[in-house]
Amino acid sequence: MSYHNPPTTPRKSATFDDYTLSEIRRAATTGIYDIRGAGAKRKLPHFDDLLFLGASMSRYPLEGYREKCSTEVVLGTRFAKKPIHLKIPITIAGMSFGALSGNAKEALGRGANIAGTSTTTGDGGMTPEERGHSKTLVYQYLPSRYGMNPDDLRKADAIEIVVGQGAKPGGGGMLLGQKISDRVAEMRTLPKGIDQRSACRHPDWTGPDDLEIKILELREITDWEKPIYIKVGGARPYYDVALAVKAGADVVVVDGMQGGTAATQEVFIEHVGQPTLACIRPAVQALQDLGMHRKVQLIVSGGIRNGADVAKALALGADAVAIGSAALVALGDNDPALESEYQALGTTAGAYDDWHEGRDPAGITTQDPKLATRLDAELAGRRLANYLKVMTLEAQTIARACGHNHVHNLEPEDLCALTIEAAAMARVPLAGTSWIPGQGL
Amino acid sequence: MPAIDLSTTPLRELNQSLHALAEGNNETEWEVLNPDGRHAVAVGIDAPVSVDIRGPVGYYCGGMNKQATVTVHGSAGPGVAENMMSGKVVIKGDVSQYAGATGRGGMLVVEGNAASRCGISMKGIDIVVKGSIGHMSAFMAQTGNLVVLGDAGDALGDSIYEARLFVRGNVQSLGADCVEKEMRDEHLELLEDLLQRSGITGVKPSEFRRYGSARKLYNFNIDNADAY
Ligand SMILES: Cc1cc2nc3c(=O)[nH]c(=O)nc-3n(C[C@H](O)[C@H](O)[C@H](O)COP(=O)(O)O)c2cc1C
Repeated sequence: MSYHNPPTTPRKSATFDDYTLSEIRRAATTGIYDIRGAGAKRKLPHFDDLLFLGASMSRYPLEGYREKCSTEVVLGTRFAKKPIHLKIPITIAGMSFGALSGNAKEALGRGANIAGTSTTTGDGGMTPEERGHSKTLVYQYLPSRYGMNPDDLRKADAIEIVVGQGAKPGGGGMLLGQKISDRVAEMRTLPKGIDQRSACRHPDWTGPDDLEIKILELREITDWEKPIYIKVGGARPYYDVALAVKAGADVVVVDGMQGGTAATQEVFIEHVGQPTLACIRPAVQALQDLGMHRKVQLIVSGGIRNGADVAKALALGADAVAIGSAALVALGDNDPALESEYQALGTTAGAYDDWHEGRDPAGITTQDPKLATRLDAELAGRRLANYLKVMTLEAQTIARACGHNHVHNLEPEDLCALTIEAAAMARVPLAGTSWIPGQGL
Repeated sequence: MPAIDLSTTPLRELNQSLHALAEGNNETEWEVLNPDGRHAVAVGIDAPVSVDIRGPVGYYCGGMNKQATVTVHGSAGPGVAENMMSGKVVIKGDVSQYAGATGRGGMLVVEGNAASRCGISMKGIDIVVKGSIGHMSAFMAQTGNLVVLGDAGDALGDSIYEARLFVRGNVQSLGADCVEKEMRDEHLELLEDLLQRSGITGVKPSEFRRYGSARKLYNFNIDNADAY
């Protein structure tokens, strides 16, 4: 009888998985690190690992649709003469004209107006269209200072000093040559077609003591009218928030590592920064330790997708959330209806993230006029408004179920965690136990 | 001529009075007394007035200026005339770091020396320094002109875009992608005009050397990785 060696099933390495192998080959072929848009794609502890307890014997719920559950938020009550009033606790995060088409920016403004919330400019300055279509507009003050000027500063409803972003805490901006149209080049005072390396540090201040003086200057220029936000990436949330308060912020924005970006190195997106869930409690703790919780408002962003995420962020102590990626999806980003076009770009609907190349078939992350006109700003704005309203209703539904007449009354005691990791990060008990890991007994 | 004494008047009042000036107003000459190193003095003005500040100022004096002529009879702290749009800021003494940072127009004249990062990220401003400037000046400078009668410190013009740098003295070293460039007639004319507008006499454009971008870092190339 001949010796027979039975075959084993071909086995791929968990360490060297298909994606890893393809990345090694890609690097070897091109000699450049991978740049892409969107946020961290790996699985991370997130809001899905938390659950609300709901009302029961010891707490009674509010009647859905009849008993009021308020959602309005006031931002900038600390120093600004004109704080911002929003109807819902969900804002649209800063995304630049340049990264996004003019049409996409218009759609964001239209959607936010209908829903009663704010939009935010981005690296690249304020466009008249954007100002015109956004009732409440936050003007970003970034290291690059592209297009920065006192007139737009005064036209803004609030100013957001960007220290960092969750997708790349410690990194600067990047807009590759393909997206530098005449208009983008002019707004940034740079030649057309060159790669733009936005600086990672501000040019005229370093550290919180300088920032305090910078904030004084911005307040003096705008006669102390505008709320001033400080946006930080999820790096050291306790200290970052404490220092932001010390520097004089009215509002602090903490953006966790799932936060989207227009274009950043993949290695940065996936390996630098802390998950959103891990950032919230330390940020709130810093505010509480300084006696500033609810006096300096906290906005949390990075991977917010639905009303449950909103409710969970608020329950952990945030005053509002901001959305970037989800807003783009509501406009039409990565829509399966465009599958054949995504295939032609070597990807598939849901995975398309080469936003820096400017070839977006949905007409959102592009400067190509032909592609951009594919997006109907009015319709897309309507879609965004619908989505924002659904999220708000969802958050209200949960708040009522927990017995609260304002979404801000949600609290950590309304939550439990499904995993030990989430329990430790959110500082709520593991489901079925009274155990909060990391809090002693 | 309104004279505002900052030892008795709050800074906010001074800046708000200056913002309230519309074009064509009568109060075109302002004096600020006892600035005593205060920050954000005379920021965000948008009117063709002159403001004479009698003494030293702290950070960001003349920030985001439009149209006005702001003169500091003393020295200035960091970020003087930052993001200036138009008009003129003149410092009779020395200035600290980031002078004229991100400035988009107008002219900054420093009669003394400037510390590091002078003209960082400049976007169209003209800066004339009669003395010397510190290290990392004109970092990522986009457009505009920087004229230095004295010397420049290390890494001048690192990662520079299209700004033009003219230095009469010694340049300690050039930053990544910054090179010496040929001084052509058009540059000599430009320099002549800049010197004249900043009230400098007895200095010839031909005494300067010109520096600018080699434009090698404009589009990513892995073989330049050391320079990024
Ligand atoms: C296309 C795009 C462009 C962005 N541009 C900026 C920007 O210019 N400035 C900034 O501070 N953040 C920028 N961000 C980050 C967002 O402001 C926000 O922090 C992030 O999108 C929140 O996470 P999410 O996408 O998971 O909602 C951008 C994000 C995206 C998706």
